[in-house]
Amino acid sequence: MAHVHEHDHDENAGAEQRKVIWRTFWILLVLTALEFLIAFTLHAGTLKTAIFVGMTIVKAFYIVGEFMHLKHEVKSLIWAALLPCIFVVWLLIALITEGGSIFDLR
Amino acid sequence: MAATAQPNVKNVWLGGVEPMKASYGKLMMWFFLVSDTFTFSALLVSYGLVRFSFPAYAGKVADFVSSPAYWPIPEKVFDAMPFMHGIHAPLVFVGIMTFILIFSSVTMVLAVEAGHRMDRAAVEKYMLWTILGGATFLGCQAWEWTHFIHGTDSGTVVKEIVDGTWITKTVFGANLTENQYGPAAFADFFFFITGFHGTHVFSGVVLNYLVFYRTSTGMYERRGSYEMVEKVGLYWHFVDLVWVFVFTFFYLV
Repeated sequence: MAHVHEHDHDENAGAEQRKVIWRTFWILLVLTALEFLIAFTLHAGTLKTAIFVGMTIVKAFYIVGEFMHLKHEVKSLIWAALLPCIFVVWLLIALITEGGSIFDLR
Repeated sequence: MAATAQPNVKNVWLGGVEPMKASYGKLMMWFFLVSDTFTFSALLVSYGLVRFSFPAYAGKVADFVSSPAYWPIPEKVFDAMPFMHGIHAPLVFVGIMTFILIFSSVTMVLAVEAGHRMDRAAVEKYMLWTILGGATFLGCQAWEWTHFIHGTDSGTVVKEIVDGTWITKTVFGANLTENQYGPAAFADFFFFITGFHGTHVFSGVVLNYLVFYRTSTGMYERRGSYEMVEKVGLYWHFVDLVWVFVFTFFYLV
């Protein structure tokens, strides 16, 4: 039913979407290349780790937002997927602290 | 009950409404992926706990030698390339693997976009590229595991207590109880985290192949919707997303 009239504008259909897809790809590629650069130029430390975590979150935003299309879903779906991840942050803080404590006791 | 609501509207669920403006299958895929996020988070956060409970290597990066006494620097462990024996190429191979997986995510989303246009040939083409990318990634991982398990030419000399006496021996490669790279937990987490991710890639390739097969037999064209491509696409992007985190927290930091 729907695809009968699709053939008329096949050339331009989804062209905008494809542009967004390729732009997202280049962003991901450049970020990964930058991560490589930083891995071998910066000394290990809090700053380096913070930069890596920040860049990873930016990459995750583009993968989930554009590739998985979550940015364009309704708000309730966005929050239903994102809010539970607060528990991951909690787990992270709790267990990293715990790891440091085990180190002190060993 | 469902019949009383809107029997002729295609998108609604049996209750007569469409919660969160998403189909049942897509919504359930999202909730599955949220639960899978917890599984992977648990693995990666545990890695963080164990890593912080061991001392970090304190000296200069250039002088690094492996020892079970401290956590290794990943770039010193993962520095091998296929067909380039003995050449120090830190993180190059894992970088190539990352690129392959990101690119297969791109071809997947292009297949989804082609599905919106009901362009069967394009869906087939991009699904095949995605399957190829996934299979290549798995092949790379198989090589990486093999190298990790067999180890380097020289191995690492370790001192340990066996039956009350100190002995010195050379350890090659890795298993679940000892390895030449660092504490036993380092190899354990390598096997569990990359293994669990690899299992996801494998089932993703199987699902992608199923969708490719059903596309090429014209099943989705007859159905009038390529939504299955979208649902499997969500899963595939998630696998890519997890790798982004594994790459950062296992290989880079």
